Amino acid sequence: MALIDQLNQLEQEALAALERAADLTALAEWKSTYLGKQGALSRLSRGLGALPAEERPAAGARFNAARATLEQALERAEAQLKRAARQHAFEADRVDVTLPGRAPAIGRLHPTTQMLRTIYNVLGEMGFQVWESPEVETDEFNFQLLNMPPDHPARDMWDTFYVETGPGEPTLLLRTHTSPGQIYAMRANAPNPVRAILPGKCYRYEQVTARHEMQFFQVEGIAIGEQISFTDLKGTLVAFAERLYGKGVKTRFRPSYFPFTEPSVEFDIECFLCGGAGCRVCKHSGWLEILGAGMIHPTVLRNGGYDPEKVSGFAFGMGPERMAMLRYGIDDIRWFFSGDERFLQQF
Amino acid sequence: MRVPLSWLKEFVDITLPVEDLAERLTRAGLECEGIERIGVEGADLPWDPEKIIIGSILEVRQHPNADRLVLADVDYGAGVPHTVVTGAPNLFPYKDKGRLPKPLKGVFAREGAELYDGHAEGWVKMRLKGRPVRGIMSDAMLCSEKELGLSEDHEGVLILPDDAPVGMPLRDYLGDIVLKFDVLPNMARCLSILGVAREIAALTGAPLRMPEMTVVEDGPPIEGRVRVTIEEPDLCPRFTATLIEGVAVGPSPLWMQRRLTMAGMRPINNIVDISNYVMLELGGPNHMFDADRVADQHLIIRLARPGERLVTLDNKEHNLDASLGGGMLPLLVCDPQGPLSLAGVMGGASSEVSAATTRVLLEVAVWDPTIIRRMSAALRARSEASKRFERGVDYELPPLVQRRALSLLQRIAGGRVAQGMVDNYPRPWQPVTLDLTPREVRRIVGISLSAAEIADLLRPLGFACDLIDDGAAVRVTAPSSRRDITMLADLCEEIARMYGYDRIPLTLMADALPEQRNNPSLELELRVRDLLAGAGLDEAITYSLTSMAAVAAVNPADADASLYLRLANPLTPEREYLRRSLLPTLLEALAQNLRERERVLLFEIGRVYLKRAPGSDDPRPEEPRRLALALAGRRYERSWHTPDETVMDFFDLKGIVETLLSRLNISGVQYVPLTDDPRFHPGRAARLERDGRVLGVIGEVHPDVCERLEIAAPRAMAAELDLELIGALVEPVRYRAISRYPATTQDLSLVAAITVPAAQVAATIRKYAGALLESLTLFDVYEGEQVGAGKRSLTYRLVFRAPDRTLNDAEIAKIRQKIVRGLEHDLGATIRG
Repeated sequence: MALIDQLNQLEQEALAALERAADLTALAEWKSTYLGKQGALSRLSRGLGALPAEERPAAGARFNAARATLEQALERAEAQLKRAARQHAFEADRVDVTLPGRAPAIGRLHPTTQMLRTIYNVLGEMGFQVWESPEVETDEFNFQLLNMPPDHPARDMWDTFYVETGPGEPTLLLRTHTSPGQIYAMRANAPNPVRAILPGKCYRYEQVTARHEMQFFQVEGIAIGEQISFTDLKGTLVAFAERLYGKGVKTRFRPSYFPFTEPSVEFDIECFLCGGAGCRVCKHSGWLEILGAGMIHPTVLRNGGYDPEKVSGFAFGMGPERMAMLRYGIDDIRWFFSGDERFLQQF
Repeated sequence: MRVPLSWLKEFVDITLPVEDLAERLTRAGLECEGIERIGVEGADLPWDPEKIIIGSILEVRQHPNADRLVLADVDYGAGVPHTVVTGAPNLFPYKDKGRLPKPLKGVFAREGAELYDGHAEGWVKMRLKGRPVRGIMSDAMLCSEKELGLSEDHEGVLILPDDAPVGMPLRDYLGDIVLKFDVLPNMARCLSILGVAREIAALTGAPLRMPEMTVVEDGPPIEGRVRVTIEEPDLCPRFTATLIEGVAVGPSPLWMQRRLTMAGMRPINNIVDISNYVMLELGGPNHMFDADRVADQHLIIRLARPGERLVTLDNKEHNLDASLGGGMLPLLVCDPQGPLSLAGVMGGASSEVSAATTRVLLEVAVWDPTIIRRMSAALRARSEASKRFERGVDYELPPLVQRRALSLLQRIAGGRVAQGMVDNYPRPWQPVTLDLTPREVRRIVGISLSAAEIADLLRPLGFACDLIDDGAAVRVTAPSSRRDITMLADLCEEIARMYGYDRIPLTLMADALPEQRNNPSLELELRVRDLLAGAGLDEAITYSLTSMAAVAAVNPADADASLYLRLANPLTPEREYLRRSLLPTLLEALAQNLRERERVLLFEIGRVYLKRAPGSDDPRPEEPRRLALALAGRRYERSWHTPDETVMDFFDLKGIVETLLSRLNISGVQYVPLTDDPRFHPGRAARLERDGRVLGVIGEVHPDVCERLEIAAPRAMAAELDLELIGALVEPVRYRAISRYPATTQDLSLVAAITVPAAQVAATIRKYAGALLESLTLFDVYEGEQVGAGKRSLTYRLVFRAPDRTLNDAEIAKIRQKIVRGLEHDLGATIRG
């Protein structure tokens, strides 16, 4: 048989054998059988020397082509086998991606803390800084300096826990609001202007129900200066409400009464639960009371060390628990101090 | 304050829809908290005008087939009387009397009318359906008060006054709307129909009308027959008295009863009802004495005398001493024989109007708010009267109240009115006059108004306004009804209110930003909270108030009540003392959570309240902040990933505390074994110290404590740290240059007596290693047979590095040698490798 015919036969045979090679070992074996230095192709090529000189170049080229064909076939076979092996590994590695992940154990801040931080941030940008004052107060700071002398009827607005004291000692009570802090902040700054917020725990002698707690937080704010008027109070509170409840939130100011402000204001926003149509949460009024405010009473300014004829200012107070209740739709204030993880882990 | 609209309309015309009126008043400072409709459209039970109609009961006959039923022939304006089957006992007396000479007026309901079920518990609606009752068709009824929703009364049918117009829909006759107002202390003037009407008149421009005040003074002059002596003019600035004789006590007319009921008061009899009616109407509390039970008809206003006693209207007997006046002696209205009533607060039983009363002595006075407030507080009896007196009653009101009450008494109860009025007025009203400038209005309210505009806003409220200084200011005199007006700021509020809060523009403060300051104390709190949340703890906020029992459950030795601030008026025994530690309340929360879940980690930042030493300048306690941590349960959340079932122990908590302190850059804290703290396991607790100062305690909660608190976990851990001290120890962070040279790592395993604390081993290694030791990590602790009893093996990884060169083996070997010798010498340790 002519050399070229033998070559063609070998090529066919090798390609067929390659088809049958099922794994990398078989491929290596095939490679040495056909393409190795002592392989079939090399052995057959030795017959080239016996050919007539004029036939040799063409036959040599044919041998090279056959080697290239086989090498390419091998490469393809190798690649395919690798792909198949990887595919197999993938199959073995497959996970149920719907199984739960490994959660890092990150705790949560109390919703009151979160609400306080929001308040600090928004008001901080307007220059209001945090001041703190005692929770156990004297009658003087909780009432008298805030324009509520003994027997003032407005004292009824705050049901008070009193602390037992010995004979001759001044009356002590649990502050019913953070308003006494106003006096501290004023006295620390008078006669200079001040913008302060006073957060903290307050207490009321009140039966604990879903809506009322004996303990709660409050944030009081004051701004005092030489040209602060009621219009600034309105502007500041609306800016605050827009940061918390969205640009363009509908607001309402209505006259109210606090002994330490005059004029006094109740600040409402349109109920975001019912859009003003009236619901249980807004007591069918369409409005939510967000905070109380007013122009600081001249007597209080004087008690804080300011001259009420030269400076004026406004004050406001809000309840972070109430705000959190509205924000999250919490229906029972008692959860806040329950320490119950079923509550705490929701925020 | 509950205000029936029909009553209000007697004083002022109202054209606004009621919702708009409510909103208008709310925006003017009189908050309308609700609108209650009775019988009219929008009510829970609207009375159908076609089906619920005033009828005239012409005749009552026995039901032929039932003893306990009657048949009533009712004319309701349809021409032909309609027969109604009813069991109403109040119709039985008219049974089989033939055609009634004076027909009774009742409420006739036709088939299809919606009513409340009179027999049902609570308010259940039903629709009237025709059906035969014992052989007679019953397709209509006469209604009880309960069926109409007027009261709970279902004893008989409602009988209307004789002049009730037959055929008129009941809706138009008794339907009404009640406005419910929250009256704040500065709006005391609105604790009356007149006061609310006055606000409406000012807001809408409608004229104010006064009610019927005609009195026929047909009795003998009062002078010489009634005497009033005021011994305490400062406490009783004004006292007026009148006399009416020959009154007949009986029920008051339906319209009055209805209004009182709607306003929230219970009708009693015509005399008492008139007294209450006039108080609600005009805002002037008053008192009606049975004149025959007032000795000499001489009223004396004085303080109580030692040993005096009084039985009040509620049949309680009181010792009239200073305890009844909140430290002051109670103020009394007396006759020459003794006390008759607690002035302005509560009448006495002995001089009370009774069914037999014919002569009424009518007291209308003004009292000092403070003494009233104290007496009503001491009595725990806030009456409608004391509520008004406490907030200040108009000095000029008593004559008006007298006339209105006499007019009603005469009309309703009959009687002859004595001529004249005793008016003892020792401290007359001093009107307040203030000069207000547009500049001041601009300064406080922020709007520019002329003096004339200011006057125009104030006048409708009854303020007398005169422009002065060529129109540069307004001289304002407040009416006597406005005792709340004392200074310019009060007028500014009135101006803002009348101008409309919503019309006032918005501005942002034009003032320079006041000086700003840092707040390290707040920053520390923010930081600690973030770190602990990052470490996997949830923040709790518990009650500041606790009980001795809760304190004792955690540590019996702490339950010394004398150390604690105690409430004088606790709400419950569980919240009686101000806490001195956060642990009792936080461990309670831990215990509670463990009933629900397998893994609980909590922290709290809060104040504790520590009494100051006696003689301290500040009467207030110290309120240092504390940080408490509590955890128990599984170390890892139960999951499919890990079979780790281990529970947390001392080192989980310690790791959190160490991390916290290190992240705050506090170093050098020592953990000193704490063996005698009853809160903690004696072998698993430590006191944290830094330079002799105690930062707090940390440990495994003592099993006894766990038992008492019912902590459902094998081990619970807790720590309490002094946040103030931690704040003081925080060091600023300094950058350390990072060496470019490689590190050399050495492992060192040693055996030492178990009694040698690991901290001491580490300190010894550091001492001998010197400055080149970059880090020291304990990575194995072994106790067991291989090292022998009473000993343990500790294995450390030491990393050495120099800032300026690569360390060579010889250097390291030398250091290691030093460490080994040091350990052997100082601690008697042996080196295993």
